Amino acid sequence: MNLSPDTWIMLVAIIAAVSCGLVGTWLVLRQNAMLGDAISHSVLPGLVLAFLISQSRDVLPMVIGAGVMGLGTAWLTEMLGRTGRLYRDAALGIVFTLLFAIGVILVSIYTGQIDLDQDCVLYGEIAYAPWDRIAVGSTDLGPRSFWILSGALLVVVLFSALFYHQLMVTSFDPALARAVGVNERFWHYALMTVVSLVIVAAFESVGAILVVAMLILPSATGKLISHRMRPLVVTAIVVAIVTAIGGVELADRVDGSIAGAMTVVGGVIFVLVAITSRLIQRHRQRHEYEAATTTQLQAPGDSAIRG
Amino acid sequence: MVEWWDLTYRFFSFSDAAVRLVVAGTMLLGAAAGGLGTFVYLQKRSLVGDALAHAALPGVGLAFLILGEKQFLPLVVGAAVTAWLGGLAVDAVTRYTRLKLDAALGMVLSVFFGFGILILTHIQKGGYADQSGLAHFIFGKAAAMSPGDVTAIGVITLLLAVTLMVGFRHFKLVVFDPGFAASLGLPIRIWQFALTTLVVMAVTIGLQAVGVVLIAALLITPAAAARQWTDRLAPMIGLATAFGSLSGLLGAYISFLAPALPTGPWVVVVVSSIFAVSLLLAPNRGIVWRLLEFWGHRRKVSRDHILKALYRHGMDRGNWTDYYPRRAIAELWSFRPGELRSALGQLVANGSLERSGDMFRLTSAGIASGERITRLHRLWEVYLSRYLDLPSDHLHRDAEAMEHVISPELEAQLTDLLEHPTHDPHAQPIPYERAKGEAKDQAS
Amino acid sequence: MASSPPIEVHDLTVAYRQKPVLWNVDFSLPEGELIGLVGPNGAGKSTLLKAIMGFLPLLSGYVRVYGKPFEQQRQFIGYVPQRESVDWDFPVSVLDVVNMGRFGHLPLIGGLKRTDKERARAALDQVGLADLAGRQISQLSGGQQQRVFLARALAQDATIYLMDEPFAGVDARTERAIVDLLKQLKADGKTVLAVHHDLHTVQEYFDWVMLLNLRLVRLGPTTEIFTEENLRVTYGGKLAILAEAAESLTRRTEV
Repeated sequence: MNLSPDTWIMLVAIIAAVSCGLVGTWLVLRQNAMLGDAISHSVLPGLVLAFLISQSRDVLPMVIGAGVMGLGTAWLTEMLGRTGRLYRDAALGIVFTLLFAIGVILVSIYTGQIDLDQDCVLYGEIAYAPWDRIAVGSTDLGPRSFWILSGALLVVVLFSALFYHQLMVTSFDPALARAVGVNERFWHYALMTVVSLVIVAAFESVGAILVVAMLILPSATGKLISHRMRPLVVTAIVVAIVTAIGGVELADRVDGSIAGAMTVVGGVIFVLVAITSRLIQRHRQRHEYEAATTTQLQAPGDSAIRG
Repeated sequence: MVEWWDLTYRFFSFSDAAVRLVVAGTMLLGAAAGGLGTFVYLQKRSLVGDALAHAALPGVGLAFLILGEKQFLPLVVGAAVTAWLGGLAVDAVTRYTRLKLDAALGMVLSVFFGFGILILTHIQKGGYADQSGLAHFIFGKAAAMSPGDVTAIGVITLLLAVTLMVGFRHFKLVVFDPGFAASLGLPIRIWQFALTTLVVMAVTIGLQAVGVVLIAALLITPAAAARQWTDRLAPMIGLATAFGSLSGLLGAYISFLAPALPTGPWVVVVVSSIFAVSLLLAPNRGIVWRLLEFWGHRRKVSRDHILKALYRHGMDRGNWTDYYPRRAIAELWSFRPGELRSALGQLVANGSLERSGDMFRLTSAGIASGERITRLHRLWEVYLSRYLDLPSDHLHRDAEAMEHVISPELEAQLTDLLEHPTHDPHAQPIPYERAKGEAKDQAS
Repeated sequence: MASSPPIEVHDLTVAYRQKPVLWNVDFSLPEGELIGLVGPNGAGKSTLLKAIMGFLPLLSGYVRVYGKPFEQQRQFIGYVPQRESVDWDFPVSVLDVVNMGRFGHLPLIGGLKRTDKERARAALDQVGLADLAGRQISQLSGGQQQRVFLARALAQDATIYLMDEPFAGVDARTERAIVDLLKQLKADGKTVLAVHHDLHTVQEYFDWVMLLNLRLVRLGPTTEIFTEENLRVTYGGKLAILAEAAESLTRRTEV
C-alpha cells in the first residue's frame, strides 16, 4: 500500500489509541486501572524472553510471552492478596516492580542480542513505524505495526462485542454474576489476557508506560460526560482518535516523542472536559434548584409497587 | 572465583571512594523510602508513590530547560514540584470527578510521565550540550552520583527523619483513624498534605539512584515485608528502614560485581527477595511457620488420640498397669503410615508412655494428659449444648476437634463459665481428679 | 422435589482469615415462608447467604438446594445483595441492571432473547419502576435502587429469594412497597430468607425468624421464636470463649 510515511504514522497512532481505549474501558469500569499499569510494566521480561528464545520478532512468541506475564501478574497479585498478609494494592506494586526490574536487567544483559533498548521500553517510537514493513512476495503490505495493531483492535472489538453481557455483569456486580452462573474469575483472566495482547501490540509504538495513558484516558474522559455504555464507548473512541491526531501534530511541532505528545494531548482533553462538564453541571443544578423551589416536582416511579 | 572474592573485598572494605558514594546514596535512599513507605502502606495508598515518582519526570526536564545545565539540586526541586502537583492532581480527580482512585493514579502517572518524555526527547533533539545524563533519571544510575548529590540526599533524609519523629504521633493518628483525628480537632488535610510532601521528597532523592519507574518498589516492598514481622508501628518503621537500606547496599554490591548491570533494578530484586523471605519465614504470620504449626498440630492430634484411648481403656478396667501391643494401639485411630511410630516415639520421649519391647502403657503423666483431653472434650460438649443450643448428636465432632487446641487459660475460663459441670450432655462423668493434682504440682 | 426442603444447611462452619464467622450451623428452611434473618452486627448473616450460594470456602458442612448442590440448582435462587456492594455510577440504565437477572439464560455469544427481556420489563413493572426503565442508575434514590435490585431478583424467576438487608436505608414508601412485594411472593409460594435489622418490624413482616449469632440460636415461626428470652440469648455475649477457641483451631488447621 502506498501511503506517505506521515499518513502511516497517523494511522498507527490512531489504531493504537483506539484499541487501548476500548479495552481500557473495561479496566476503568472494573476499577482496575492500575492493573493495566502493572501489566504494561510486567510484560517486559516476557517480551525479552520471547526474543531470546525465538531469536526473532515474530508476533506469536511475543504474544505468548506477554500473555504469560500479564496473566502471571494478575494471578500473583490475586494469590498474594488472598494470603491476607498484605494489602492488595501493595501486592500489585510488589509484583509489577519486580517483574519490570527483572525485565530491565534482562535487557541490559542481552542488550546486543535483542532489538529492544531502554528507550523503546519506555516510549517506543511510532516515528519508525513506516519503515518496518511486511510484504507478501513482492507486494508491499505496509508497516508491520499497522497490521499487528489492527489485529489487536479486531480481537478487542470481537471480545467486547461477543462477550459484552458477561463482561458487563462481572464488572458491575460480581456477586450476581456468580449467583446466576457467570464465572467471574474466568472473565477476569480472559480480560487480562486481551489487555496483555493489546499492550504488547502497542508496546513497540508507544512503549510500556504510555500504553497506560491510552488505556485509561479515553474511557476516563468518556465517564465524565456519559452515563450509558454506548455514549461512553463512542466518546472513548473519539477521544482516542483526537488524542492520536493531536499527539502526532504536537510531536511534530516540538520535535519530541509522539507517544509522549499523545499522552499530553489526552491529558489536556481530559482536563478540559472535566472542567467544562463541571461548569455545565453546576449551571444545570442551579436551574433545577430554582425550578424545584417554584414548583413541587414529584419524581416518577415513586408510586407504590403494584403486586 | 578469586576475582569475585577480590571484588567483594574491595566493595565491603569501602576503601574505594566511588563505592562509598554509591553505597551511602542507595542506603540513605532505601532507609528514607522504606521508613516513609510504612505510612503509605498502612493508608493503603501504596500505588500513590508510583504515581508521584512518575510525575517527577517532567520537573527534571523543565528544570533543565530553564537552567540549561544539569545541577542536582535544581533538578530535584523541579522534580519535587511536579511530583507534588501530581499528588494534587490525584486528589483533585478523585474529589471533583466520578472517577475512582485507580483511574486517577493511572492518568496522573502516565500523563505526567508522557509530558516528561516529551520534554526529554525535545531536549535530546535540541542539541543541548549538557543533556546526556538526563535519561538516567528514568532508570537511575547510582554510579553517576557526585559527592554533592549524596550530601543533598543525606540532608533530605535527615530532614525526613526529623519530621517523622517530631510528628510521629500525629501521623500515626491520621493514618490509623482519620475520623478520630478529625474529632480531636487535628487538621487532617494539613497532616495528610505533609505526608504527601515527605513522600515527594523521598521520591525525588531516589530519582538518580533507582529512577522514576522503580522508586515505587522502595516505598511499597520494605513496608510490606516489615509488616510480616510485627504488628506494631514503631518496629515496623524500623524494620522497613533496615530492609530498605539493606537492599540499597546489596543492590549496589551486585551492580559493582557486574558494572554493566544497573543498580536500581537490582535493588528492587533484592528488596523483593527480602519480601518473599519475610512472607515465608516470619514468625506467626510466615507461611513456613504456619505449615510447621499445621504439621505440629497434626502430630499432636495423633498423640492425643493414643493418650485418650489408653486412658479410657484404663478407666474401663479400673487401672492402667497393662501394657498394650503396638498392633492394638494401631487400631485405635486411623493413623497415616509412619504416623503411629513417630507418635509413640514422641510420647515415650516426653514421658507419657513407658515402653517394654513393642508394648506400651501410660505413665502417671500420660494418665493425666489422657484425662485432660477427655475432660476438654466433655467440657466442650457441655459448652456447645448450653451456649450454642446444639442438639446432642451434633456435639461430638466439634469437641473431637476442639479437645486438642484448648489452652490451659481457656480451660480455666471454660470451667468457671460452666461452673465445674460434673457430667457431659451424654451423661458421662467429666474427670477432674488429676487436674487438681496438676494445679498442686504447679503451685508447689 | 417436594420432599426436599428449599434450603438445607448441614454442620456449616465458615472462617474468614482464621476468624470463625459461622459455627456449626444446621437447619432446613420451610417451603413458602417469609423468613427474617436476625442477629447483631458481625453475627455472620451476610456470610450465611454467601455461603449458601457457594461464594465462600467452607471449613465443614454442606448446603443443599432442593436436595442438590447449589451449582446444579442456581436457577432456583434469586439474590438481592446489599445496595452498597455495587458502583451506582456504573454507566447502565435501570433496565440494563434488571436484565442482568436473566443472564443465567445467556447464550455463550450474543444477547438476551426477547422473552428474557420481556420478563425483565415485567419485573420492573412489578416493583413500580417501569417509568424509569431508561434512567441511569446513579440518578435513583436509595429506595429506588433497592427496588431495582428486587426487580432484578424477580427477573431471575426463582423460587427461593436470598435478600441481604432489603430494608436498609429505604424511605417509608419503599419499605411499604417491599412488604407488599414479600406478601405477593409468599402468595406465589416462594421462599424468602431476608437479613433484617429492625427488631420492631420483625413480627409484622416475617412469618418465620432465624436468630443467628455466630451459631444458629433459633429457627421457627415468629410467634414462637421471637421472644425476649431468645433475643437476649442472640444478642447477649458469652461467646468470647467460642471465638477464641475457634480461632486457635482454625489457626492450626488452615495455612
